[in-house]
Amino acid sequence: MSRVYTLVKTADAEATPAIERNSVFVYEAPVRTWHWVNAILIVVLIVSGYLIGSPPPTLSGEASAHYQMGYIRFGHFAAAQLFIVASLYRVYWAFVGNEHARQLFYVPFWKRWYWYEALYELSWYLFIVDKPKKWVGHNPLANLAMVVLFTFLSLFMIVTGGALYAQGAGNDTLWMTIFGWVFVIWPNSQEVHTLHHVGMWVMVIFIVLHVYAAIREDIMSRQTMLSAIVTGDRYFRD
Amino acid sequence: MAAAETFYDVIRRQGITRRSFTKFCSLTAASLGLGAGGPAAIAHALETKPRLPVIWMHGLECTCCSESFIRSAHPLAKDVILSMISLDYDDTIMAAAGHQADAILTETREKHAGNYVLAVEGNPPLNEDGMYCIDGGRPFVEKLREMAAGAKFVVAWGSCASWGCVQAAKPNPTHAVPIDKVILDKPIIKIPGCPPIAEVMTGVLSYILTFDQLPELDRQGRPKMFYSQRIHDKCYRRPHFDAGQFVESWDDEGARKGYCLYKMGCKGPTTYNACSTVRWNNGVSFPIQSGHGCIGCSENAFWDQGPFYDRLTNIPYFPVEANADVVGGTAAAIVAGAVAIHAGVTAIRSTIKSGEKTEA
Ligand code: HEM
Ligand code: HEM
Ligand code: SF4
Ligand code: SF4
Repeated sequence: MSRVYTLVKTADAEATPAIERNSVFVYEAPVRTWHWVNAILIVVLIVSGYLIGSPPPTLSGEASAHYQMGYIRFGHFAAAQLFIVASLYRVYWAFVGNEHARQLFYVPFWKRWYWYEALYELSWYLFIVDKPKKWVGHNPLANLAMVVLFTFLSLFMIVTGGALYAQGAGNDTLWMTIFGWVFVIWPNSQEVHTLHHVGMWVMVIFIVLHVYAAIREDIMSRQTMLSAIVTGDRYFRD
Repeated sequence: MAAAETFYDVIRRQGITRRSFTKFCSLTAASLGLGAGGPAAIAHALETKPRLPVIWMHGLECTCCSESFIRSAHPLAKDVILSMISLDYDDTIMAAAGHQADAILTETREKHAGNYVLAVEGNPPLNEDGMYCIDGGRPFVEKLREMAAGAKFVVAWGSCASWGCVQAAKPNPTHAVPIDKVILDKPIIKIPGCPPIAEVMTGVLSYILTFDQLPELDRQGRPKMFYSQRIHDKCYRRPHFDAGQFVESWDDEGARKGYCLYKMGCKGPTTYNACSTVRWNNGVSFPIQSGHGCIGCSENAFWDQGPFYDRLTNIPYFPVEANADVVGGTAAAIVAGAVAIHAGVTAIRSTIKSGEKTEA
């Protein structure tokens, strides 16, 4: 499975020692493409989803002259279906891609060194230690944030959104076959709407933290971030 | 009372003509969505099958289901069905009372064991051994279990029997539960609504009585023929929803023009019921047509999905009454604030550090 390499210190017997090199190839083209497509889709989903919950001011005139809510919902559903396809593709790539492609789906939860390193990383963010370590993929703390705040959350949004979509699509559709069980857990779909909506805010929080951390680490840490997700190469500064 | 008596015998004895009877069969077949052979099948069944007794019990409830039922729009359906069932037991509308009434329960249970329909309006409260609902000197829950044991089918009338309704809303002091928490081994059909639509009630009952089986049910135990679509799916104001034309306050221009009630908290988008097609009171109107949003009365725990008048409802399990935008927006603002402070501290520290370096 995926392993986190520490280049400076060998905290784990399995971890490969530092290599004398100042750049390393991390994210393959499909992962990078997915990242940016996914980012755009999620922004569309957040904006359109918010407008579904709180539609713009009412329009006057004939109903036949407008299709505002229709377009907003179409935008949400179109982006949602692409989001599902992109997510499936990303899962597929975790199997065929390099080991960094697997980090999004895996936390070395039972490894002692992992929690030690995550704590170390946290102390770096809390200004307790002065020097962060070097990591090829996500650092241990980022890894945790990605899996919990992004991967689980995406799954939750797909499941709750899919269930809501199934209600519109109809009882005898494949959507209902796949997602209908959601209503066994939450029989009143108003509750599913509310939870889906809460999920949007968690996603907003993830993005705020993620973009801030990416830019800050790019400036402050001992390695580059933005280049890794744009060109695939990560450079080490010292 | 001869066990071999058919529905048709009963109906004729009540003074209903053959002509009315055939009309009733066609009407019922149409409302159940049966095909061309439907009326004949119903007529045949009613003429030949022995009458299935119906026992109608009342637990914790407000009697709105009965009130709705006896107002079934089509007088034929009402007369026919009422004459079919009032023969047995319904403590609210039958003539017998007290011990006489109780005797009917015992008699039905013994004479028709395993062969009667138990229709339940309301639900049993379980706290204090069921003392919050006493019926004939005994906790209702005991009577319910007793009568359910010998029933062939159980009909859960309304949201009380189906989901719990208002008496089961948080904090549910009497621990009222839907009947399927108490009756575990019988086929139960749920006809939710507060109350359910009269035509839906008579339609379902006709189906069970004539075909001696429950109609096809959905995942939540409701008959598919009446609960397969949401109010929103068939709402006549839907074009205004799609257009983005909403009522924004009760007395605005949109309200007068009959725009969509989504922003006024209409629960049509999450409510499975037949109101927007069958409507109420002889098809005269239904809440949305009268300018008020749907409150979702046929949905599970609809009392806890409030407010009725806001699109975004309070987050369940959350200690403070607040919707997703309030909670999520506040949380996001706090995180954004923390990020800004963190960025500030980072900047100050690196300035100090680089200062230290140049000094050294
Ligand atoms: C809706 C917005 C976004 C979402 C949902 C998102 C999500 C993600 C996810 C899931 C990963 C992990 C990829 C993997 O492990 O395969 C990632 C990585 C990354 N993202 Fe984003 N992203 C978003 C926007 C952005 C933006 C605007 C930036 C640029 C400032 C950015 C910069 C990065 C970087 C630098 C990485 C690599 C992190 C590392 O090297 O450890 N992302 N993003
Ligand atoms: C990151 C992903 C997503 C976000 C942030 C998001 C956000 C939202 C929000 C805020 C709402 C309004 C909820 C309300 O208060 O009623 C909504 C509604 C909805 N979403 Fe999503 N959503 C996402 C993904 C999905 C997915 C994958 C689907 C699946 C098809 C989906 C389907 C729906 C449906 C069907 C509705 C209800 C539309 C309506 O009632 O007219 N969403 N979404
Ligand atoms: S009034 Fe209610 S049910 Fe009708 S279209 Fe608007 S939201 Fe849907
Ligand atoms: S419109 Fe909604 S609240 Fe009104 S009766 Fe029908 S389901 Fe109940």
